[in-house]
Amino acid sequence: MITTRDLTKRFGRTVAVDGVDLHVREGDRYGLLGPNGSGKTTLVRMLLGLVFATRGEIEVLGQPVPKRVREVLPSIGAMVEGPGAYPNLSGRTNLALFDAAGPGGSRRDRRKRVDEALERVGLAGIDRRPVRAYSLGMRQRLGLAGALLRTPRLLILDEPTNGLDPRGIREIRDLLAELNGEGATVFLSSHLLAEVDALCTRVGVMDRGRLVVQDELDDLRTPTGRVTVGTPTPERALALLDGRVENHQGQFLTVRHDDPGTLNAELVAAGVTVTALAVERRTLEQVVLDATTTSADRVEAGR
Amino acid sequence: MIRVELAKLFRRPRTYVIAGLLCALPFTVAVFLATTRIPPPPGQGGAFLSAVLSNGTLYPAAAMALVLPVFLPVSVAVLAGDSVAGEASTGTLRYLLIRPVGRSRLLVAKLVSLVTFVLFAIMTVLITSYVTGLVLFGVGTSAAGVTLPPDVTSLSGVTISPAGLVLRLLGTVAYIVISMLGVAAIALFLSTVTDSALGAAMGALAVLVTSQVLVTLDAAAAIRPYLPTRYWLAWVDFFREPVLWRDIERGAGIQLVYLVVLLGAAWANFLTKDIAN
Repeated sequence: MITTRDLTKRFGRTVAVDGVDLHVREGDRYGLLGPNGSGKTTLVRMLLGLVFATRGEIEVLGQPVPKRVREVLPSIGAMVEGPGAYPNLSGRTNLALFDAAGPGGSRRDRRKRVDEALERVGLAGIDRRPVRAYSLGMRQRLGLAGALLRTPRLLILDEPTNGLDPRGIREIRDLLAELNGEGATVFLSSHLLAEVDALCTRVGVMDRGRLVVQDELDDLRTPTGRVTVGTPTPERALALLDGRVENHQGQFLTVRHDDPGTLNAELVAAGVTVTALAVERRTLEQVVLDATTTSADRVEAGR
Repeated sequence: MIRVELAKLFRRPRTYVIAGLLCALPFTVAVFLATTRIPPPPGQGGAFLSAVLSNGTLYPAAAMALVLPVFLPVSVAVLAGDSVAGEASTGTLRYLLIRPVGRSRLLVAKLVSLVTFVLFAIMTVLITSYVTGLVLFGVGTSAAGVTLPPDVTSLSGVTISPAGLVLRLLGTVAYIVISMLGVAAIALFLSTVTDSALGAAMGALAVLVTSQVLVTLDAAAAIRPYLPTRYWLAWVDFFREPVLWRDIERGAGIQLVYLVVLLGAAWANFLTKDIAN
């Protein structure tokens, strides 16, 4: 669905995006993670033909971008860095104007399309108030409705849950999963780990303009070589596993061990009751922290 | 896209506020003139202002002379400066472009919307000032009524027929639209350069004010014929008998050059611009 090769963008002397080889496959739920200022938004803008690359190639839905971007854009629903709407008009009017601005879609169905999109994002009941009076979360939902107007094959969403409350975030996540189930590929960028963790199947991590990780989420969560053991008699287990226990909290021990099976057998053989046993895996947070260097909005004292 | 732009234009209250302000100025002047009956001395004050005291049907022309030098160009500069930069700052520009609306198409739609605004503003001013003129100054010597406007005296002292007056007014409207397009082109170009609507409007106004100052400066006589505001008031020549075409043609020519060059620049700039806000 999206392939980039050596994609690079310079703004003056700063390199915003540096040699990115992005690969999003059909049906993916792809989450692009990275600290603020790591180049996520610039990358998204290049995919949509808003920003022109300094070097490299982009292919979206099989067409070269930006050369033939106008052929693919009608099948893409996108949200780029916050929603945009005319503040003096109502949400419905905004969507209708937005719908009318582009090609395709007959005038007769416009009302229906707008109503359906509003329904999907949970704004079915909005009145004639101007967008100026909307809360940030409502604007965000309106932006999503705009992206869904033409039932896109590919959703490109930059920080889609910005400004939403926990319930709203959950709703949007369910909506995106539902759309993905209906066949749409979802590509979203976020700096919220939990959001990507809960929704995405594939993850890319950006750091200072470079794509440093790109893999299936499950493959990234490699075992850490530790096993969590739950037991009502931690003292006995401690005595048995002397030196291999890294952490001890109440009835739970973190044990350095490669194979939970043999560890279990060892414990049971020694007469230790085991109530819980789990392989510890790297969290997404650990993956991201390992891959990235420093937060871009952190400013160190100069030397 | 053009329809969308027009819908946006006529759904914004500011369009009507600006048009209302444009109408209010000639109306205020008319009230003062009608109550005091003191005409400006010949050669000073707005064109036609002395003439309207004896014949109200000329008041639309006087109104044009009042709004053209400052008020109309300011409002055009503000709207044109806002046209692209304003979309950028509300965040709607990127959504229009990924809709997708072609960048050239967007510029054309913006320009059409600006022309529509100028026409709308001029028409409201013409209509309100015509009514104002008739009500406050009457129709002069002949009292035939509104349905049949009497002949009016041209500046050169010759009478022209009502049909002739309408033709000349239409010529005036066309000429003013072309002059304002020059202003719009400057502001539109700046609007594609900066993301600040105010900055673009200020830039365009700075150009116009500079030009106005240089027009009156004899030391700048060498470049005077090329200044954008040099022939702005040439439409007055439509009311001479016979019509003096020289300045009108030169003025229209200059504006067309400005229009082509600046729109070309705006187009080239906008087409290759990174939309990064």
